[in-house]
Amino acid sequence: MRRWLLWLPLAAFMLVALFAARELRKPADRTVYSAMVGKPVPDFTLKPIAPGKSGLALADLKTGKPRLLNIFASWCVPCIAEAPQLMKLKALGVPIDAIAIRDTGPAIADFLARNGDPYRRIGDDADSRVQLSLGSSGVPETFVIDGRGIVVKQHVGDIRDEDVAELAAAWRAAR
Amino acid sequence: MTAEFGLVALWLAAALAAMQLALAALAVRRDDTALAIAVRPVAIVQGGLVLLAMAALIRVFLASDMSVALVVANSHSAKPWLYKFAGAWGNHEGSMLLWVTILGLAGGAVALLERRVAERTLTATLGAQAAIALGFYAFLLFASNPFARLADPPADGQGLNPLLQDPGLAFHPPTLYAGYVGLSVAFSFAVGALVTRDVGPAFARAMRPWVLAAWVFLTLGITAGSYWAYYELGWGGWWFWDPVENASLMPWLAATALLHSVSVLATRDGLRAWTVMLAVVAFSMSMLGTFLVRSGILTSVHAFAVDPERGAFILVLLALYIGGALTLFATRIGVVRAGTTFEVVSREGALVANNLLLSVILGIVLIGTFYPIVAASMGTQLSVGPPFFEKAAGPIALALVAIMAAGPLLRWRSDTGQALLQRMTWPIAATMFAGAGLFALAGWFGALPLLGLALAAGLAVASVAPLVGRNLRRTPLFVYGMVIAHLGIAVSLAGMAASSAFTKETLVAKGVGEPAFVGPYRVVLRGIRPVIGDNWSALEARLEIQRGEAAPTLLAPQSRFFSNPPTTTSESAILTALDGQLYTVLGQADGAGRWQLRLWWKPWVTLIWFGGALIALGGALSIVGHALRDRRQKRRAVEAADAQAYRAAWGV
Repeated sequence: MRRWLLWLPLAAFMLVALFAARELRKPADRTVYSAMVGKPVPDFTLKPIAPGKSGLALADLKTGKPRLLNIFASWCVPCIAEAPQLMKLKALGVPIDAIAIRDTGPAIADFLARNGDPYRRIGDDADSRVQLSLGSSGVPETFVIDGRGIVVKQHVGDIRDEDVAELAAAWRAAR
Repeated sequence: MTAEFGLVALWLAAALAAMQLALAALAVRRDDTALAIAVRPVAIVQGGLVLLAMAALIRVFLASDMSVALVVANSHSAKPWLYKFAGAWGNHEGSMLLWVTILGLAGGAVALLERRVAERTLTATLGAQAAIALGFYAFLLFASNPFARLADPPADGQGLNPLLQDPGLAFHPPTLYAGYVGLSVAFSFAVGALVTRDVGPAFARAMRPWVLAAWVFLTLGITAGSYWAYYELGWGGWWFWDPVENASLMPWLAATALLHSVSVLATRDGLRAWTVMLAVVAFSMSMLGTFLVRSGILTSVHAFAVDPERGAFILVLLALYIGGALTLFATRIGVVRAGTTFEVVSREGALVANNLLLSVILGIVLIGTFYPIVAASMGTQLSVGPPFFEKAAGPIALALVAIMAAGPLLRWRSDTGQALLQRMTWPIAATMFAGAGLFALAGWFGALPLLGLALAAGLAVASVAPLVGRNLRRTPLFVYGMVIAHLGIAVSLAGMAASSAFTKETLVAKGVGEPAFVGPYRVVLRGIRPVIGDNWSALEARLEIQRGEAAPTLLAPQSRFFSNPPTTTSESAILTALDGQLYTVLGQADGAGRWQLRLWWKPWVTLIWFGGALIALGGALSIVGHALRDRRQKRRAVEAADAQAYRAAWGV
């Protein structure tokens, strides 16, 4: 009997255990990444929500020019935190469209008045359906969409100061 | 007070488990019978105490005691009582307590009932059982106390996940846990036998009822879980190869292999090392399942407590138990004398082949479950879906079915291929006939389903073949058990193959009065109305279902809204006919007066679960059959001894 064979199960198990231990020690990344990166945005049409701004549909994203698609809500605190960074991106010349999640017109108007308005169009996604079809799991989230309506990049969570350059670069690269 | 009472009972049970381990270790080490005698009662009292703790938790839930943190997080006073009751284990802490409760009760039962195995081996077994329990007690008491109070109790709780508010779910976890824990007893027996170097038929006979019981519970749990997912999740499928589903499938596969090898060891004294190894593997799989589901390592549609710290705790337990057992295995198994040998063509040979194929399938499922996790840690996102599992495991499962048909028709120790072929005439004929007949009737519908249905017919015939030519009244019950379990596999296989090959699906948007057609049915939407339930409100469709010229019947699928926490669920409505099920789901309104309806016609799909129930019934009959025979043999031995004493006394 080859005695070393008897230790094989233990060795295999130790390997699994070590791997699992390494996984557990990693900072828990609970981010749900979208499976849509690299794929075309699914068809959708959203009604306008903010006064004086049109709604958003897939056709508005397929204009041949890349843009940012920001998913936000007036009731979301990190969205307030990322507002200045969105204004910076706008100042860099990046066009930004938005989808408002489970929100109302007056609340949006109030939010834009307080935090600045970087958006060209805002679609009203009252029951999160379009958000879910994009594979987004929360607010805020930002997608870089190229001119053909294909998702190039997903940014989960609020845009920090250090993310601005990266997003602007992704937008530029998509041109 | 109830919560404190429960906590005290839990601490006491933990203390007794520590004592049980210490006593058993000393007794085995010193070969001290006086100490060994004390181990049994300690195990029994420990089981009683942990049962009290569980009862206290259930009482706290039934009373909606909002000063207990666990109740607040998982219950709500407006909930129906059944779900308050089930809520006690519908969460992380409670389910862990349920686990250790079943473990404690099983240990108590072993201490109370087991008389077959040598006393020293039993003591070692109870020691191993206490060691396992101790880890879980530590986990509960230090990392996830179910009885923790809140200083500032809220007015009401946060509810239970609506998906879990289903009678099936109330009993699904306890069933699966009973299965997992049964395997822990088998594991303890294996460790006990290794410690005392006593791997033989007596140990296998002691372990067998636990393996069988665990296997029956796992079978029931998996079958019920599959049916629950089928009608509750509204997606119309019965198996998704989800990691959490795999977490219960893997121990089942290992237990199935173990169940067969333990029989070889019990009756023929063969496959010693292999049986011990399988006992370790089967329990490892149930621990691994717990770890996968409870550690937050994996993201699944129904992974539960997402908590790396608790994951680390379970991982340490896992390393101690399984690592320890495998080390013991590697150092001790050389001492275990090889058992009886046998020819390749024999009942044992078929059982070994069965074991190997089951192990390969287990390996495939294991790899398919772990690969995405490993890949994710290397930075690639990928998912291994049903196509992989079906392609990789399907053909092997069919080979296994062929071996399963032949096995019971082979003689023990040695047989000839020619004799087997002769006994297999009818099963082979049934396979050919069914295959050709189906092809003639339905045309080509894919290799795997066609082969599956044909083999199912062959297996059904082969399953009952061992009964042919026997005196049916004198045939032992466990033979019937085997026949029924194998027949159950044939029935399930037929259901899986038929539903996968012949299912019809349509997704339509229909206004009131417009008919839709699926399979043999005509479905007309007769109206939509709001419905109010205990803690939900719903939109309910009234669907008029008509098949041919028969009188129409009504189905009422719902789209339910729960407020605590806010969630929408689809309550499918299912019409069960003799030859299959019509499965209906109500979708969204399109705003123009039309409603989405998803309709499936699933021929013979019910056979899947009916077969599952048959398999479990076969297992249960086997347990009873073996117990009856053991008792009869014991009585005969006693009678023989009496007769001998009588003859000796009277000199006849």
